[in-house]
Amino acid sequence: MYPENLRYTGEHEWIRVEGGSGVVGITHFAQDALGDVVYVELPETGRVVKAGEAFGAVESVKSVSDLYSPVGGTVTGVNAELAGRPELVNQDPYGEGWMIVIELADPGEADGLLSARAYQELLKEG
Amino acid sequence: MLSQGPVPLIFEMGAPGRRAFSLPGGDVPEAVLPAGLRRETPPRLPEVSEGELVRHFTTLSNLNFGVDTGFYPLGSCTMKYNPKVFEVVARLPGLSGLHPYLPEELAQGALRIIHELERYLAEIAGLARVTMQPAAGAHGELVGVLLIRAYHESRGNPRQKILIPDSAHGTNPATAAMAGYEVVTLPSDARGGIDVGALEKAMDDTVAGLMLTNPNTLGLFDENIDVITGLVHGKGGLLYYDGANANAVMGYSRPGDMGFDVVHFNLHKTFATPHGGGGPGAGPVAVTAELAPYLPVPLVDFDGESYRLNYDLPRSIGRVRSFYGNFGVLVKAYAYIRSMGAAGLKQAAGDAVLNANYVMRHLQEYFDLPFDRACKHEFVLSGKRQKEKNGVRTLDMAKRLMDYGFHPPTVYFPLIVEEAMMIEPTETESKETLDRFIGACAAVANEARDEPEKVHGAPHTTPFGRMDETRAARQPDLRWR
Repeated sequence: MYPENLRYTGEHEWIRVEGGSGVVGITHFAQDALGDVVYVELPETGRVVKAGEAFGAVESVKSVSDLYSPVGGTVTGVNAELAGRPELVNQDPYGEGWMIVIELADPGEADGLLSARAYQELLKEG
Repeated sequence: MLSQGPVPLIFEMGAPGRRAFSLPGGDVPEAVLPAGLRRETPPRLPEVSEGELVRHFTTLSNLNFGVDTGFYPLGSCTMKYNPKVFEVVARLPGLSGLHPYLPEELAQGALRIIHELERYLAEIAGLARVTMQPAAGAHGELVGVLLIRAYHESRGNPRQKILIPDSAHGTNPATAAMAGYEVVTLPSDARGGIDVGALEKAMDDTVAGLMLTNPNTLGLFDENIDVITGLVHGKGGLLYYDGANANAVMGYSRPGDMGFDVVHFNLHKTFATPHGGGGPGAGPVAVTAELAPYLPVPLVDFDGESYRLNYDLPRSIGRVRSFYGNFGVLVKAYAYIRSMGAAGLKQAAGDAVLNANYVMRHLQEYFDLPFDRACKHEFVLSGKRQKEKNGVRTLDMAKRLMDYGFHPPTVYFPLIVEEAMMIEPTETESKETLDRFIGACAAVANEARDEPEKVHGAPHTTPFGRMDETRAARQPDLRWR
């Protein structure tokens, strides 16, 4: 449920770094806690975000939560499919439910995030 | 899952040409509109008889659930029973028929009500002056934060940030953002109060103020309130008190004495206006003498002989509502405060707190209680145990409570408690009702353990079973055809 090749944040986002870019989404835990996602608000491409800055929001039948960028950089892609099919976030949070692609300002920044094991430890502490 | 079947829409009833009224024939020549102004096809309006009409809406009203039909422990909403006499008072012809443009000398009674209500609310808040204009709680919040902004602007710098704890109502960050501030969220500590260390770190001269509900949405009174107000004031910030939970403390403690500068009250929660049907409400805002010059106009002043509308506040933030606010709601609050008296209001708060603790102590055996300390007027349980062990969610248990004849509590709020259930019994419920509710909650907890499928499928006794809330949000269908 928490792939080894991803890095995680305490705010329940994940990032998969490929070269100088990272794909960002929310974790299995986050989608389960939110319940059925009904709307995902994503930024325009070209937006510059800082690590920890809100880049969008995810709305479920229960609540609305901000989405925080795991790293600093420029948004180069957004998952347009989520506009019509927000349920992908619940069904496939690490695949079709991805949210944005960020070109990292500092390619090494993601190394400082949580490993899959560390993230699961954090969930246990709850 | 239908036990009674759906009620047809009124458009689906009746027959062409059927009417619920009959007008006498006209005795003046019929005027004909020019062709260009006439529609080509008549509008599709319901065509039913008076009897069908009355039965239709009576049927719908019978399906409704309200405080007049049962216990409504919707946390954070203070769904107490409001005596009908206050409705009677608000409808007195001399009050309900009053025109807002009447000259002051012909509206002295109404102005006196507003003025005296202001004095009462100022006393309850421990502050100097109160505007009656805001039409609801969130409106009061916005007015309050605009007052904070006006205060800082008058000193040369509006500042940039508002601090808000993570247990806050969602309206608080929305308000701060609308007033042009950046929202900084403060974490809660292990006791359910503000993490004072985090506040100390976040508080500097870029912070315009802190918005706090006390007791907070966990129903807990912040034990460090004097430290908190001292830290914020120490850096020149102001303190906003969200009065949503005033029912817990009125007569016992005053926000002004705690160090708050701005307070809003929800008259429709605490002071005798039924709500939950969409309004109208009222959200008066009380402030310190220092902030009074910025209040919206008009205020109602008394010179010892007569009451008058005071528009002469050069530094006012301006008008925030037409005329004088939702006057009918003000009348009900005035009558409620007058009939309860100081001792009565204090007893209402005390009974609300006693009821909440009574229910909490009985239910903590069946559910998780994340913050185990004496609560104020409400408390928050977690359905974590049922979710992890039985695969039954709080949503399922809330729906099941409807089968036992109760309105479900607030669920999934506050956000900092997993599978939250927020229960506010209020002071107007009897011990027998509370005991029945405790029994129902215990029964649902036992069902979650022994017969989870029964809880998953709930409610079973309502005209419709489980609604597809997800589809309703993803593909809203807003037209009947």
